[in-house]
Amino acid sequence: MKTIQEIENEIIEEFAIYDDWMDKYAYLIEIGNDLPGMDEVHKTEDNLIQGCQSRVWFHAEMKDGRLWFTADSDAIITKGIAGLLVRVFSGQKPEDIVHADLRFIDEIGLTQHLSPTRSNGLLSMVKQIKMYALAAVAKEQQNQ
Amino acid sequence: MFDVEKVREDFPILQETVYGKRLVYLDNGATTQRPRRVIEKMDEYYYRYNSNVHRGVHYLSNRCTDANEEARAIVRRFIHAASDKEIIFTRGTTEGMNLVAYSFGEAFIGQGDEILVTEMEHHADIVPWQMLCERKGAVLKVVPFRDNGELDMEAFDHLLTERVKMVGVAYVSNVLGTVNPVAEIIAKAHAVGAKVVVDGAQAIQHIPVDVQALDCDFFVFSGHKIYGPTGVGVLYGKEHLLEKMPPWQGGGEMIKEVRFEKTTYNELPFKFEAGTPDFIGIIGLGEALKYVEDLGLREIAAYEHGLLEYAMERVREVPGMRIFGEAAMKSSVISFALGDIHHSDTGILLDKQGIAVRTGQLCAEPTMRHYGVTGMVRASLAMYNTREEIDLLCEGLHKVAKMFGMK
Repeated sequence: MKTIQEIENEIIEEFAIYDDWMDKYAYLIEIGNDLPGMDEVHKTEDNLIQGCQSRVWFHAEMKDGRLWFTADSDAIITKGIAGLLVRVFSGQKPEDIVHADLRFIDEIGLTQHLSPTRSNGLLSMVKQIKMYALAAVAKEQQNQ
Repeated sequence: MFDVEKVREDFPILQETVYGKRLVYLDNGATTQRPRRVIEKMDEYYYRYNSNVHRGVHYLSNRCTDANEEARAIVRRFIHAASDKEIIFTRGTTEGMNLVAYSFGEAFIGQGDEILVTEMEHHADIVPWQMLCERKGAVLKVVPFRDNGELDMEAFDHLLTERVKMVGVAYVSNVLGTVNPVAEIIAKAHAVGAKVVVDGAQAIQHIPVDVQALDCDFFVFSGHKIYGPTGVGVLYGKEHLLEKMPPWQGGGEMIKEVRFEKTTYNELPFKFEAGTPDFIGIIGLGEALKYVEDLGLREIAAYEHGLLEYAMERVREVPGMRIFGEAAMKSSVISFALGDIHHSDTGILLDKQGIAVRTGQLCAEPTMRHYGVTGMVRASLAMYNTREEIDLLCEGLHKVAKMFGMK
């Protein structure tokens, strides 16, 4: 299992070959199209991340001490961004997720999607993922 | 003769590039840009004359007061109101709407009275009425529109009964671009004793307005949609109605005498202008209206009409294009969907090509519901837009379609 850091570095490298914005987004669209999506039963209000423009769902499951994410969105670019987050975080330990600094978002030029009012709600997605991880950490500590 | 290239030179921001691309600004329905002379006028007042209006005894204050009141006279002239007293400065269209809903509502709306709005209204012409209805036990009724974007006037005739006390209608729909038959609506409303407030936010910059000829009771608009600054707007109201309406905010400026036993209110228009107004914004708005007057709104409208026709024709050619709003009378707004592509995807990819459009629900959720969509892409034109920019928009859309594998 690669670490969060390692996966982030991979993504940064992949995006580094594109110097044109349209190419970067074409790649995000590709990632969005490749993301398997999620079980319809998990497209619940609870899993819905509030964003003004597009709807995006994140579902988390705990298995063998690691968190596994699935995601979907009605907009492809948003789905592509969600796909990147799934790739980085899915299968990681909750405490590692909590402490991840997500350098790659800045490095590949997606920072502009981070402001709280931005349409695709990247910030909300990251928050939601960290909330899942925090809850998992708290639960683990309770069980010990 | 309207010379678009010359007009463009007046707007410094139009020379900007974004992501290394030439800026194509097609989000004028949200806000327009300001010409140099508006920016310079406001700068001049900040640099040389800034001082609070209406109460000073000194030179600077008098200077600002005069300019503030001169702006009021310019507005009066621009919309052909009968008197300066009928021009209330607000923060914008939304505040003007809220002022009417609150203050007219306090004076004239009671249990069981009806307010009539249209299905294509902006939220600013829906929510204040819902709040009023809740306060007073009044009822909000809605005039539907047809799929082509035109109001269903038969339904209007049917809904317009003597129970209706107020009609709220957009002169131009911010989503569909439909130019509504406001003169007819006003005449019919008056025939049953109802008053009419016209939301002029998307009309003031495109259509010459004569509030006396229209005979509307209230007319609201925002400065920033007609090349003026943000944060200032105008409420026009007929004097005899404004006189009977209570103030809606208390404070300085709006009073005549303050005693703890009883306070008396200032006369119009100051009764409705509590607190320090954004007087430099107001002065900027006056300058913007003078600029539009100098160019001539009729000449502007003629140019924009040709541009819209060209744009509709070109945009329609884009494969998978679905345009919302094809009314016979239409102003500078084109809302659309490109195939099945999500509006935010289209918007983001246009943005990266330097093209600024609006996406989402456009503050008109009922209109979205009408068409069963979660949002739209909106290109909205201003007088400084060109056919070349329309071509760039269409090229951009072709590129987006191609990225999504559309033929």
